[in-house]
Amino acid sequence: MKLELRGITKKFGDFTANDAIDLVVEPGTIHALLGENGAGKSTLMNVLFGLYDADAGEILMDDDAVTFVGPGDAMAAGIGMVHQHFMLVPVFSVAENVMLGHEQVKGPAKLLDVGAARDKVRELSDRFGFDIDPDALVENLSVGAQQRVEIIKALSRDAEVLILDEPTAVLTPQETDELLEIVRQLRDSGTAVVLITHKLREVKAVADTITVIRRGKVVGTAEPSASQEELASLMVGRDVSMTVDKGAADPGEPVLRVENVTVVNEASGVTHVDDVSLEVRAGEILAVAGVQGNGQTELAEAILGLLPTAHGQIILDGNVLSGRSIRQNLDAGIGFVPEDRTEDGVVADFTVANNLILDLYDREPYSRRGAIDPQVVRTHAEEQVEKFDVRTTSTQALTGALSGGNQQKVVLARELARELKVLIASQPTRGLDVGSIEFVHKRIIEERDKGVAVIIVSSELDEVYALADRIAVMYHGKVVDIVAPDTDRDTLGLMMAGAHSKEEAA
Amino acid sequence: MSDTSVTEKPADPKDGPGDDRVRGVLRGILESSTLVVVMAVVASLAIGGLLVMFADEDVREAAVYFFSRPGDTFSAMGAALVSAYTAMFQGAVVNPSSETFVGFIRPFTQTLTMATPLIFAGLGLGIGFRAGLFNIGAQGQLLIGAALGAYIGFAWDLPWVLHLLVAVIGCAIGGAVWGFIPGFLKARTGAHEVIVTIMLNYIGLNLVAWLLTLEAFQRPGSNNPISPEVADAAQYPLILGSQFNLHLGFLLAIACAFGVWWLMERSTLGFEFRAAGSNPRAARTAGMSVAKSYIFVMVIAGALAGLAGSAQVLGTEKVLTTATAGSIGFDAITVALLGRSRPLGTVMAAILFGGLRAAGPTLQVQAGLPVDIVFVIQALIVLFIAAPPLVRSIFRLPAPANEKEVAA
Amino acid sequence: MTTTTVGAPTPQQPAADTAPRPRTKSWRSSIGLGVVALLSLLIFGLTTQAGSQTNFVIATNSDFVTLPSLTLPAKLAAVSFSIIALLLAGWTAYRANQYRKVGLWLPIVFGMAVMGALLTWAGAGRDNTTIQLTGLLTSALFLAVPLVFGALAGTLCERSGIINIAIEGQLLAGAFLAALVGSMAGNAYVGLIAAPIAGALVGLLLAIFATKYWVNQIVVGVVLNLLVVGLTSFFFSTVMTDNPDLNQALGLPRIDIPILSGIPVLGPVLFNQNLLVYIMYVVVIVLQIMLFRSRWGLRVRSVGEHPKAADTVGIKVNRTRIRNTVLGGAVAGLGGAFFTVASGLAFGKEMTAGKGYIALAAMILGRWNPKGALAAALLFGFADALRVQLGIIGSDIPSQFLAMTPYLATILAVAGLVGHARPPAAEGTPYKK
Repeated sequence: MKLELRGITKKFGDFTANDAIDLVVEPGTIHALLGENGAGKSTLMNVLFGLYDADAGEILMDDDAVTFVGPGDAMAAGIGMVHQHFMLVPVFSVAENVMLGHEQVKGPAKLLDVGAARDKVRELSDRFGFDIDPDALVENLSVGAQQRVEIIKALSRDAEVLILDEPTAVLTPQETDELLEIVRQLRDSGTAVVLITHKLREVKAVADTITVIRRGKVVGTAEPSASQEELASLMVGRDVSMTVDKGAADPGEPVLRVENVTVVNEASGVTHVDDVSLEVRAGEILAVAGVQGNGQTELAEAILGLLPTAHGQIILDGNVLSGRSIRQNLDAGIGFVPEDRTEDGVVADFTVANNLILDLYDREPYSRRGAIDPQVVRTHAEEQVEKFDVRTTSTQALTGALSGGNQQKVVLARELARELKVLIASQPTRGLDVGSIEFVHKRIIEERDKGVAVIIVSSELDEVYALADRIAVMYHGKVVDIVAPDTDRDTLGLMMAGAHSKEEAA
Repeated sequence: MSDTSVTEKPADPKDGPGDDRVRGVLRGILESSTLVVVMAVVASLAIGGLLVMFADEDVREAAVYFFSRPGDTFSAMGAALVSAYTAMFQGAVVNPSSETFVGFIRPFTQTLTMATPLIFAGLGLGIGFRAGLFNIGAQGQLLIGAALGAYIGFAWDLPWVLHLLVAVIGCAIGGAVWGFIPGFLKARTGAHEVIVTIMLNYIGLNLVAWLLTLEAFQRPGSNNPISPEVADAAQYPLILGSQFNLHLGFLLAIACAFGVWWLMERSTLGFEFRAAGSNPRAARTAGMSVAKSYIFVMVIAGALAGLAGSAQVLGTEKVLTTATAGSIGFDAITVALLGRSRPLGTVMAAILFGGLRAAGPTLQVQAGLPVDIVFVIQALIVLFIAAPPLVRSIFRLPAPANEKEVAA
Repeated sequence: MTTTTVGAPTPQQPAADTAPRPRTKSWRSSIGLGVVALLSLLIFGLTTQAGSQTNFVIATNSDFVTLPSLTLPAKLAAVSFSIIALLLAGWTAYRANQYRKVGLWLPIVFGMAVMGALLTWAGAGRDNTTIQLTGLLTSALFLAVPLVFGALAGTLCERSGIINIAIEGQLLAGAFLAALVGSMAGNAYVGLIAAPIAGALVGLLLAIFATKYWVNQIVVGVVLNLLVVGLTSFFFSTVMTDNPDLNQALGLPRIDIPILSGIPVLGPVLFNQNLLVYIMYVVVIVLQIMLFRSRWGLRVRSVGEHPKAADTVGIKVNRTRIRNTVLGGAVAGLGGAFFTVASGLAFGKEMTAGKGYIALAAMILGRWNPKGALAAALLFGFADALRVQLGIIGSDIPSQFLAMTPYLATILAVAGLVGHARPPAAEGTPYKK
């Protein structure tokens, strides 16, 4: 089925997310929609899928204009979507999730025909070699398996146009390759595939046609043969250097030592971090790489004290941190940039000024004997906003109104305002635009050059390469190995899938 | 208003600059939440008026022959309304028909007296709401506080000043203990405070009912579930003399309002409370102890509810019964919501609702209306306040540029 | 420390296709049950006078087979009951050690054992009084009726993601309209038809405020309760007091189901009741099946767990929520008829007296399941009936403490000491696109 979008415009208040976008997707092709975070790709697809109403423009399928009031209409018309954040009910089984919305019933009482759904899951699972148990609860499945359930869900509705929204964000390089193979298989069977991504390599690997979106507008189309640099400059709107300027590290004494640390989730009994040991020296950046969900987040949280350690010790400058409060660890000189800044980093309905003192509020000069001094807080905020180039109307504006990049700058400014010995930053640039990414990276390298020991947790290999002086790869809660930053991408990819570098690379 | 800001939107080219400014001010007023509050009160009083007309005997009688003589129905309606609103005014604000100044001003002092427990309890609930805790348990906290304070008041024998002080502290401690339980359970086990506080209300009520079966809590020689009167020394002194019921508790409540303002806006503890309420995970990541905040908030809220109990047992009622709490605990929820959980707002809202309650007896006597109408109006006001878009659509007010979600 | 409900699945498991099943090893339930069982042994078992006896009467005249009254050696019986409870607590611990949960039967049998110990203790040494077991059970079932309906109402709403604190108001509105309309028609059955309408209206208000204006659902619930109390009391004091004809004490007759009602002990308890009770049986069974095995139920639960996922497969989230909340309100309203027409009473101010909140508790203890709600409501109904019965035989236990038991049980449950309740994930969160 041929899909065509004409002049789609979508506004949120004063912000134009999509500005007169035209797009044609031919059946049996893979059409990549390339753009930075926040360029408007997902908005466009949500319009197409009937989740948002467009303010202008029309959608044509096989040259007939269609209107979708809701996703139900879109699916009935043959459009399927695999969302970036999976749309699966965790407490339902795979079969229940797949049947949801177009359930078959049987018997006089019209009860659910779970058997039919089970068969459908098995059939599709076998056809694509997925190995999915229809009766497994979704919450017990791995991320990769959940994504396959999403694909089964779309295909079970006979989707002729399949939209994949940033599908590889949570996959290992090998899993990514598998997914791309599935995508090709789908194309060859006649499905039109729309691949939304900001990853150039994937686009080059599978796309038949490439449309680039910047700030809500189509800025051009490209052939898959175009170079990565060409695609990148089209996507960002200026020449981008693919690497950050970074001098050689001058590592000093070890500052932080993690010794045989194990972290177990008390509620579920799952071991997230399994006997991990590593050390970070002053003036170096240790990047912890790995596919999301392999214990990196938990390791970072355990160092701060957010999670208790079941075994092992964390030692900062000779002092054991385990068992101490978060507050004591912050005071000991740990800076922490959490992975999810809206959930863990900022208080959205606090002012920028108050977020800038979120972990300083009870120290002098910000407060004295339990009373906060608003004047000092304001002055401090104005200095920080200036220094970190936070784009805000005022220091008294609510932080929730800021863009993701500016919120991240607020978090960074706050954490760097203290005297640090160690800086731990998890996914420091996730969801940021290129300008903010460069800024954040620059600041992190400055901290390293000041002699701070830095730990970066990142699942983006590009970021790992841009920052790391050493790379620790985690898989299933264990550190597979710690390697030099010039280790090649394939080797890292294999390590992220659990293969030990020395054995495999040999 | 902000004088210069980088991202100020350019004025609409169609309007002249002066025009725009006037319109801006007007819009500001129309969009303000204060106007919404006023309109909500107006709408609620109007609906209350409909009920009054519906319930009026004369109106119903006249309605029977509405089509032959519609005028009768309308005049009966008018009469019913006028008598109800007059009674309300005379009961809650001032009484112009009184010959003495005391009689003239008495209704307003009565309003303040009625508002006193609502201020206390509303302040406590407001702290909870801002700290992200839905404390439905003021009723139980008030009652337990009142029980302890009343016991100190009637069973102990202490000198003046000291007796009152100890009894007041007793009330606060009783409430604080009852507030500590849900706070502790929330902090330790994650038990939802809404459920726990609701359940504790009933446990508290049964506990006090049981206490009142004990000899120690009953009057000598009586089996009735009513305590002896608290000693004079333990009663709040009347601040306007014996002609008025207004007692020292009111001034204490106002002092507490200032205290709560300082706590929430200026203190580091309040900063923690607000952070824990808005985003507990971020608060924790920033090194605050959210669990500690939950416990402190509930203890403070409980103590304030207990002080509301003191306004009853050491102020107006002077005895402990199972009905001591009345519906103050639930009314205080509406007070805190109406006051947007801010101390000044809470005091104003408490005075408004105190006025409605003070008008109750007058409504009953002069207009023959049951006091329940007051609860209807009160509930309606809060419903309207909670949904500003509803009020705006009723009165066709413009919506603000960024309609914000109602958090409370 | 804080429990946050996460809408989207968080990828926290190791990235293997066959991730280990999350295992729960929770000792809280076994500790909680163990403490209660020990208390039962210490208080009811060991303080019962040795050599005293307790008389139980378990038959009524209408039975086919007349069972003799049962006289038990009190101390032995009370100790035995407590030991059974202890064994059950031990079983829970054994299962917990194997990461396994226990079925619904366990808390029910446990509750019966502790109640048995309590009854034996209370009746011990009172030779001239007997424990009327059938009467006790009959009144337990009857007193559970509004709780069952209320808890089902809560379940219906919360499964779709709307917190219903307004059960109390819905019960009261149902009681009021049943009395009013029933009196106007002079027929209790007409009142029974009117009751759900009143409850549904309250439900509709809740639904509108929750889905259209995104007002906090707990706030709306509490305020709606105040509103209904105010309105019904106002009309009671004006219109109904002026015209007593509009508020008569009507009653639904008992309907004896032949044969079934002849079963010993349970027959008269279950099958000699009025129509409302029979409706209750039907509603519980239908909802249990519909919620878990029908298309409607699957969709409702998806809306309550992950509304966005439901939306992406074309399910109208807010429409589902409004429908369920109105339906829930109607169910609670029907339960409200219990207080007036089904009990043969005229309407009185605030006559539901907090039963709606106990129903909320029953819903939580019943883990958002119709059958669980039924079990919990029966337990609470039993506690209530027991209070009355112990009052009759003149027990030493202050009735206030028995009245507290449902509330205490609920606090223990939400604190995770007795089983762990997991509410629908999207509960209380308005759905906005």
